[in-house]
Amino acid sequence: MPKETKFFGEGLPYLNTNDLKGKLIAIEGTDGVGRSTQMDLLERWLQVQGYGVLVTGWTRSNLMGAAIEMAKNGNMIDRMTMSLLYATDFADRLENQIIPALRSGFVVLSDRYVYTAFARDSARDPSMKWVKDLFGFAPIPDLVCYLRIDVENLIPRVIESGGMNYWESGMDLHLTNNIFDSFKKYQKNLIDAYDKLAEEYRFEVIDARKSVDQIQQDLREKIQNVLKPEKKELVVTKAIPEEKLEGAKVVSLQERKEAL
Amino acid sequence: MLFQENHHFPGKLIIVEGIDGSGKSTQLKLLNSWLESQGYPVFMTEWNSSQVIKKTTKEGKKKKSLTPTTFSLLHATDFADRLYYQILPPIKAGMIVLADRYVFTAFARDAVRGVHPNWVRKVYNFAIKPDASFYFKTPLQTAMERILSGRPKLKFYEAGMDLNMSDSIEESFKLFQGMILKEYDHIVEEFGLSVIDATLDIEEQQKIVREHVLKQLEGFTTQRRNYAKRDKVFWRRFALSEHQRP
Repeated sequence: MPKETKFFGEGLPYLNTNDLKGKLIAIEGTDGVGRSTQMDLLERWLQVQGYGVLVTGWTRSNLMGAAIEMAKNGNMIDRMTMSLLYATDFADRLENQIIPALRSGFVVLSDRYVYTAFARDSARDPSMKWVKDLFGFAPIPDLVCYLRIDVENLIPRVIESGGMNYWESGMDLHLTNNIFDSFKKYQKNLIDAYDKLAEEYRFEVIDARKSVDQIQQDLREKIQNVLKPEKKELVVTKAIPEEKLEGAKVVSLQERKEAL
Repeated sequence: MLFQENHHFPGKLIIVEGIDGSGKSTQLKLLNSWLESQGYPVFMTEWNSSQVIKKTTKEGKKKKSLTPTTFSLLHATDFADRLYYQILPPIKAGMIVLADRYVFTAFARDAVRGVHPNWVRKVYNFAIKPDASFYFKTPLQTAMERILSGRPKLKFYEAGMDLNMSDSIEESFKLFQGMILKEYDHIVEEFGLSVIDATLDIEEQQKIVREHVLKQLEGFTTQRRNYAKRDKVFWRRFALSEHQRP
């Protein structure tokens, strides 16, 4: 059933947002925690169940992608300007992708959400009032899953995968004079910020030190509860191995309902 | 709350507001010439002129993909970039900054487009309070005559065509500017802008403006400059290769 959409602040007064049938699910967590792997698995799992799925990520809008890249490559962007670039990017995706998808009943999986901006900002300035006001137009998600990890477990993963980059290490903050220690400090601050947000906004906290399959199973349980709270018997608890998915028959929701 | 406190920098910030065709830019240029002739170090900055998002805004306008919120945020981004790299450095250095349009332009336009007025004010919360703000009040008809005679080709967003008020671009422009005019009336009251009657002769308006500005400059020491004047460069970005630019 469509319900009234709740916002962090003033919302989008010029837009009707009371006819959004879909669900908005955000996956949060620091860099290198394994969000994209989990997102891919979730997307396929939802599609197998017959849900329309839209995947959206931080800084992926058509409008702003290039400007944000340029800003990151340059060295003269002020922090407020950077926050505004991200907010513009988010607004573009919100109005041109997320809201239309929700209106058509899609499940929207958001790889990071406004909490990323809150966390990054509060790692720099703990008051963070302004950035919360800035995102007053953002709808509050139906579910936020927070993949939580500690810095000690995060570091080997990051080194094995992409390595540490300038921004993920908070080098703009000049915390230390080398990237490794800066990464460690900055990510620690970020995780602390996320932990506070998790309490304030009641995230579902998922232990990201577990195996990929186990994390996926935890995520699916949380998501299933939001999608069909009244039909818990439909819970699929096992992560489906990829090779089995290849030939799997796609059963639409309608068919499932009829079968029941 | 916005603009509760004055800034504590040695320089001065003077801004002008008004609808298109109100003559505010002409007045600001005259003020600039006069201040320079008096030996004041002056720096001019214009709404929507930052390099960071220039191409993005242009592209968004061309594709007509901008929504009221992205339109508002793009202008806020432009403003933030100019505030930190064009407005604050000269003010901290004790110069006079003249701004053609300031946050009030966003308050007026964005509210007309339908975003929440309180939200826009919160977004611009980081702006500093101007030392003098002039609003050039123009009847809609006068502004329309000036604009439509001089520059017949109206642009999509400038005419508020995104609000779908009329299929005719001229008609939409008139409706849109009329709505902005009403919004400005509220803003003038809310923030106490000095209202200048923009139907007066140009010289007469300029005289009033200069009197106001002189009062603001009491006790402000002129730093006469005899070094070469260089335009608009207070900092340098690392050069980016062509393919990295948006």
